[in-house]
Amino acid sequence: MTALHPPSKKIWWNQPVDRVEIVWIGIALVWCLIMFFFMPFWHVYGEQNYSGEAYRVQPERFAEKVNEFVAEHTVRHETDRQIPVVRPPAGSDIYLLARLWDWYPILELEKGETYRLHVSSTDWQHGLSIQPININFQVLPGYEMVLQITPTETGEYAVVCNEYCGIMHHAMLSKLYVVESGRNERGPST
Amino acid sequence: MKPEFRTCPDSGLVFHRPAENLIKANAIAATVFLAVGGLLGLLVALTRWPAVQLLNAEHFYTVLTGHGVVLLLVWILFFEIALLYFCSAVLLRCRLATPRLGWVAFGLMLGGAAMTAIAILQGGSSVMMTSYVPMPAEPHFYLGLILFAVGALIGVFMFFGTLVIAKDEKTYEGSIPLVTFGALTAAIIAVFTIACGAIILIPTFLWSIGYISEIDALMYRLIWWGLGHSSQQINVAAHVSVWYAIAAIVFGAKPMSEKVSRGAFFLYILFISIASAHHLLGDPGLSTEWKIFNTSYAMYLAVLASLVHGLTVPGSIEVAQREKGHDKGLFEWLRKAPWGNPVFSGMFLSLVGFGFIGGISGVVMGAEQINFLIHNTIYVPGHFHGTVALGTTLAFMALSLWLVPVLFRRELVWPRLAMWQPWLFGIGTALQAFFMMGAGTLGVSRRHWDMAFAGSAFEWAYPGMAYTMMALNGVSAIMAVAGGAIFVVVIVGTILFGKKKGAAEYSASKPAILTGPAESLTGHGNIGLGIKGFPAPGTFILAMFLLVIFVVYYFINYGYLASVWKFS
Repeated sequence: MTALHPPSKKIWWNQPVDRVEIVWIGIALVWCLIMFFFMPFWHVYGEQNYSGEAYRVQPERFAEKVNEFVAEHTVRHETDRQIPVVRPPAGSDIYLLARLWDWYPILELEKGETYRLHVSSTDWQHGLSIQPININFQVLPGYEMVLQITPTETGEYAVVCNEYCGIMHHAMLSKLYVVESGRNERGPST
Repeated sequence: MKPEFRTCPDSGLVFHRPAENLIKANAIAATVFLAVGGLLGLLVALTRWPAVQLLNAEHFYTVLTGHGVVLLLVWILFFEIALLYFCSAVLLRCRLATPRLGWVAFGLMLGGAAMTAIAILQGGSSVMMTSYVPMPAEPHFYLGLILFAVGALIGVFMFFGTLVIAKDEKTYEGSIPLVTFGALTAAIIAVFTIACGAIILIPTFLWSIGYISEIDALMYRLIWWGLGHSSQQINVAAHVSVWYAIAAIVFGAKPMSEKVSRGAFFLYILFISIASAHHLLGDPGLSTEWKIFNTSYAMYLAVLASLVHGLTVPGSIEVAQREKGHDKGLFEWLRKAPWGNPVFSGMFLSLVGFGFIGGISGVVMGAEQINFLIHNTIYVPGHFHGTVALGTTLAFMALSLWLVPVLFRRELVWPRLAMWQPWLFGIGTALQAFFMMGAGTLGVSRRHWDMAFAGSAFEWAYPGMAYTMMALNGVSAIMAVAGGAIFVVVIVGTILFGKKKGAAEYSASKPAILTGPAESLTGHGNIGLGIKGFPAPGTFILAMFLLVIFVVYYFINYGYLASVWKFS
């Protein structure tokens, strides 16, 4: 009676199960349940979660909100393309727009402050990947994702697009700055 | 009655001629697509090797799209259709239901695959296998996939029909064999999978020709992954069945317990498909409760099933070996296994690789919060090369090395070359999985032409180790592709030039009824170090070893997660 042959009718159901299988099923089931309950546990006790807060949004409407945000809080410009660097007030709502093929604007945040980051795309799907901490989210057109983020280390971070978005996908790269809190006198608005 | 049945003098299997021809056709088509897809894969790996960067960006994305579609869908589904015909008509000594329709199905699959392949080669459909909207592909990209899926669905229903005929005409006694039961599991999951494909690809096709104005990006992902993920769950059920089949072919192994193995397959049917949520853990618009329930297969009950098969497949081999007298110590049964037989070594490397590399990484990265660390990084292809290439593809290769000589009545050519095949392919693929997962842990993106971001306004350098790993991935890919090429050469060589084993003799009479042998209702208490109820202690130790690695790796990842920025 190999696996290629039929077992006799019904009798296979009555064959006693070896203890090795029962013990293993028991151990494996316990591990499965631990893994299952660990996810809600982390929502309560862990500090890296996504609440699921998101809104439907028209891409044009999201772009308007981003433009208002940029107009209000830009502190300087970078690169030949004059990409604005935005220094929003600690704890405020901040915006990041993904589009072919850049991130807009560059954010400058304070260490230890919590921001409400709104992310969306105005064209295709993109992937928000913050390096080198390697935290990754999907960015969808029509959906405004809201993440409460608290940078814990100062430094210069990269914002990489890691969802394929066409021929220049590999060039869709931006920066994100995290600076010491308290040093928050505004630079001259340019 | 026409002379339509032959009994294979070597294997004792009974072949129904129309089924035999369809199995041959589907297996040959599968092998051709495997060769094409493997070559495309080599180009991908050599482009992602930073010092080589073989292709330009445009060609890279085209080739990567082709690699994904051809291997993840076309090669695998052609082989699985052949496998379904084998597990029904051949294993049950039964005529195949509606064989003419089988050729329609074959034609649709071939035509559909060709249509999509042409769309990709034309360059206007470099949208990756996932074709996420609103990035557009040419209409015939989607249409080809739809035709291919319709063909596959016909094949699946012919399998169901053949089961009905076998029962109706009483070609076997008792229950269907375990391997057929596993194939039935795969077929049921396939119906769900192809239905999801139809539900999303038909509207997307209509969108591509301008009939529908918009496809919601999240809805597309939700339903598309019912196709994309579940198609890999067909593979799991199918390759686990192949493991059981090879244990039976090589060792005459009996399932340790039919009840446990069938129960585990049943858990796949109930729970495995909902884990397509794995792909949506970093998405906006879905609730946390939805994500946790679905990504965990409802409390990891399908993972439990795989852990059970992971014990019972090698366990059944251990029992068979111990009964033959290889009963010393914990691992004599394994040392004395036929490691030079590629049918066995391929199957065993598939089993170990699927468990230790593909399985552990898949479950860990499918944990809701850990997913934030790897989503869209090259860790993900690393994982699924561990499941689909090392698990499914290698298992199918191993079975083919046994089945093709039986099917074509020819001896395997170049047996010494074939002996090395599973080792080259298996170890090469395992190393690839390992290096891609390593690079992904360091943040390297998947589906990305240049990890140095050429042409960007900014600069960013990944750690040197990430570059080293991507180079080693390229080297490993060369090894894996060499193993794959040997497979293709040996199979094609066998079909064309293998020494003939005598003409097949078809008989007009119905084959004898397939019976299960007289039962022993005892356990296996007489073997296995004399530990009562532990007939497979060596396998149990190996399983515990896997579990320890699993647990440690799981908490290492949560530990790292705890060190990064806080977010909620």
